[in-house]
Amino acid sequence: MTLTQQDIDREIAAEHAAYEKRVADGAPAEHHPRRDYAPYRSSLLRHPKRPLVAVDLSKDPEAVELHSPAFGERDITEIDNDLTRQHAGEPIGERITVSGRLLDRDGRPVRGQLIEIWQANSAGRYAHQREQHDAPLDPNFTGVGRTLSDDEGRYHFTTIQPGPYPWRQHLNAWRPAHIHFSVFGTAFTQRLVTQMYFPSDPLFPYDPIIQSVTDDAARQRLVATYDHSLSVPEFSMGYHWDIVLDGPRATWMEEGR
Amino acid sequence: MTKIDTTRPETVLPTPSHTVGPFYGHALPFPGGGEVAPAGHPDTIALHGYVYDGNGDPVPDALVELWGPDPDGEVPRVDGSMRRDPATGGFLGRNGVEFTGFGRIATDANGHWSARTLRPGTRGGGAPHLSVCVFARGLLVHLFTRIYLPDDQAALAADPLLSRLDEERRCTLVAGAQGNGTYRFDIRLQGEGETVFLEFR
Ligand SMILES: [Fe+3]
Repeated sequence: MTLTQQDIDREIAAEHAAYEKRVADGAPAEHHPRRDYAPYRSSLLRHPKRPLVAVDLSKDPEAVELHSPAFGERDITEIDNDLTRQHAGEPIGERITVSGRLLDRDGRPVRGQLIEIWQANSAGRYAHQREQHDAPLDPNFTGVGRTLSDDEGRYHFTTIQPGPYPWRQHLNAWRPAHIHFSVFGTAFTQRLVTQMYFPSDPLFPYDPIIQSVTDDAARQRLVATYDHSLSVPEFSMGYHWDIVLDGPRATWMEEGR
Repeated sequence: MTKIDTTRPETVLPTPSHTVGPFYGHALPFPGGGEVAPAGHPDTIALHGYVYDGNGDPVPDALVELWGPDPDGEVPRVDGSMRRDPATGGFLGRNGVEFTGFGRIATDANGHWSARTLRPGTRGGGAPHLSVCVFARGLLVHLFTRIYLPDDQAALAADPLLSRLDEERRCTLVAGAQGNGTYRFDIRLQGEGETVFLEFR
């Protein structure tokens, strides 16, 4: 039996209703997906079933997890944050600028930390060997970039609007257009890998990956805002996306940042 | 939406995690990502193992990150893990002299990963260990664990985390010695022998 979109839609709705009921019954808001989220089938065999073991870092101020690896100017070349300039020719597609701030749970800027991105090209194809989608590759677009947050926690990328792509989990499964982000904070516990989406994508209701964030407000925090002031005249459309790193209180109360 | 209002604490809420997906392979791994130890350092150890799913099948698209102190227990503060070449735009690799403490390794088609780093020193109250972060397609939020080395049984017995675990679970965090400074550490995401994963508070 081929798994259909309707099957997945029903599962997504059931997971959402179960979450709403938990919250109505007094459970706290869930800012992150549960690792066990059946509508995303790849999660089934890849999440731990035993409860995580808690480590109280406030009792262990020396813990290595309260520090993070350093990255600096040696790890970044000047045009690494401009994905449109990595080849001899211009990539095909709509140019975009993506900018925002890297923040901690106190709303303070997280400075000098590595932000890496990767994405499909404008046709929805990754420059990855195992990619099976037969949309065209773009010889002028690899879709990989990196940068460091500045003294105000700001980051900036110039790239191409990625296309949506099919992914074969179920019949007619399409991922909404997105950019993958990998981010470091000042503590290893703040590590974050996530995806940024674009406003009003009609694929949101059908995608079990974005829907794995069952809290409506949390899901909205994955969606960038169109920002006309970030659009570059005669060049690109601008999107604003702030990133807030999570982590235990011991992490974000650390002095001296 | 996603301009975060930082003037009110109740609006500064975390950005949700998402899976790393299947196609990070041309983006996140970098040449020499597992070669964390400076060349020829006498305290070099080799670490390796498999990542397994709940069926016991190896996971060929997992990403393992290592982070740990130097042999004196000091946390490194130097950059240069993924040193880049401004002339070609490519990767230069580490400089072979400085220790950054950070490693990143994608599992191969057999689900195997390996790294060479420095033997971590004692830091704070616990037994020496490396911190590990695991990513994979299908894993919606990364997992943290730790690699403890088996050599100092007294230190392991006194470790605040290990001493809270029963023997079956505790042994998932202790690498197996294979001689010549080589240690095996498998990561079982689910099921029998499931690795202890950590939640930091
Ligand atoms: Fe993707």
